[in-house]
Amino acid sequence: MNRIVKFVLIDIVRNKIVIAYAVLLGLLTWTVFSMEDSGNKGVLTMLNVVLLVVPLVTVLFATIYIYNSAEFIELLLSQPVQRKQVWISLFIGLSLSFVGAFLIAAGLPLLLYADVIPALYLIVTGCLVSVIFISIAFLAAILSRDKAKGIGVSILIWLYFALLFDGLVLFILFQFAEYPIEKPMVLLSATSPLDLARILNLLQIDASAMMGYTGAIFKDYFGTGLGLVISFSVLVLWAFLPFYFSLRIFKRKDL
Amino acid sequence: MIDIIAVHKKFGKLEALHDVNLRCMRGQSIALIGPNGCGKTTLIKSMLHMVLPDKGSIHFNGRDIKGDYQYRSAIGYMPQIGRYPENMNVGQVLDTIKGLRQTASSLDEDLYQSYKIQSILDKRMATLSGGTRQKVSATLAFMFNPDVLILDEPTAGLDPLSAEILKEKIIAEKAKNKLILITSHLLSELDDIVSEVIFMQEGIVRFHKDTGLLKSETGQETIGKAISTILRQQQS
Repeated sequence: MNRIVKFVLIDIVRNKIVIAYAVLLGLLTWTVFSMEDSGNKGVLTMLNVVLLVVPLVTVLFATIYIYNSAEFIELLLSQPVQRKQVWISLFIGLSLSFVGAFLIAAGLPLLLYADVIPALYLIVTGCLVSVIFISIAFLAAILSRDKAKGIGVSILIWLYFALLFDGLVLFILFQFAEYPIEKPMVLLSATSPLDLARILNLLQIDASAMMGYTGAIFKDYFGTGLGLVISFSVLVLWAFLPFYFSLRIFKRKDL
Repeated sequence: MIDIIAVHKKFGKLEALHDVNLRCMRGQSIALIGPNGCGKTTLIKSMLHMVLPDKGSIHFNGRDIKGDYQYRSAIGYMPQIGRYPENMNVGQVLDTIKGLRQTASSLDEDLYQSYKIQSILDKRMATLSGGTRQKVSATLAFMFNPDVLILDEPTAGLDPLSAEILKEKIIAEKAKNKLILITSHLLSELDDIVSEVIFMQEGIVRFHKDTGLLKSETGQETIGKAISTILRQQQS
């Protein structure tokens, strides 16, 4: 297993896109913190980067990378190697490189310039979001043999979570404003990893006022220790469930 | 050595394999022949567990290959079209496979020498010609001294000299009491290699016979002529 992970890592580094991503992310983070006067403002800007740019880059790169690994997978599977091992190694290799890139490029400046607690929250969510969208990429890539279709599905999923979902939530909020929908709203937010990540981080920098009157309710649910444990567990589930389903399909796939 | 029991495989509506029963033993060298799209490659890929049968089972040395993967260390496989990671060079491909196999026994470097792989080690797979890719595939298939050799159209794309080298290598391996499975459309080159013939049509195994028996039954001297006699009999 380690050998395959090592190979995937070397291949990704040689590909240079992840390095370019790290450099750009690093530049962005440094500029954000050198322009904003307060650390928390910088965290807020970085939160938007984590919620928009990080998922887009990871999901696209991972999907294309999985499709391009078709030959490599075929070569390995004619050798005494377990199917499971090949797929898991690819996942670990991709996750390690993106989490590594994020930690170096965004993590370091965050720790240096922002308050410790919000910075740590953002770093953890940034890593989780990277893994979640790699996991989604695995599912999108295995569901279709057609590369263009698979990449299209990945982009649509990103669009849905990054942009459409908010609209949906707002729509429901306004339509049912007369009813006690706070609890369902909390549940609904768990169905989008990005929404969950956003709430978690906004609460840390006391910007919950920006979320309107539901902010108070969110604070009740997500501000407590139990709420935190549950929401991070949901994020971890998001990181592994799509991959788990893709692994089950991959085990039965004809090559 | 390899037992295939009642294997069925469908790709959508196309029935690639229909109730295939075969027994391949050590020491045999078998030609798998049949028209295009008759299920030869599907059969070979099922033996490697790259294609999973819908029904039936395949046993390697008496053990079901389902859920097993170690058995593949006894197989050298040369695919019809060798697909390799485009951005790896030849040396990296060889090293990766060597690392995965980790065989204790010494490597068989006959083809490595005769195809002069040494001189192309730093070439990227994407830049290799079809024939050179085949040479790399062949080198990999023979390198680990496997008990079973599965060769899917081994000489397609090779120049005459390289094809001859490969043929001699196959004959040399045959003498070592190995199982050799080979598909080819060039029936003439099979004559000095194989001892048995499996003939497939539309996913069905028509027959599995000793070459001597096949020749005497049809009254022909070569496999090619024997097969065409049978095909003509079928049509009339």
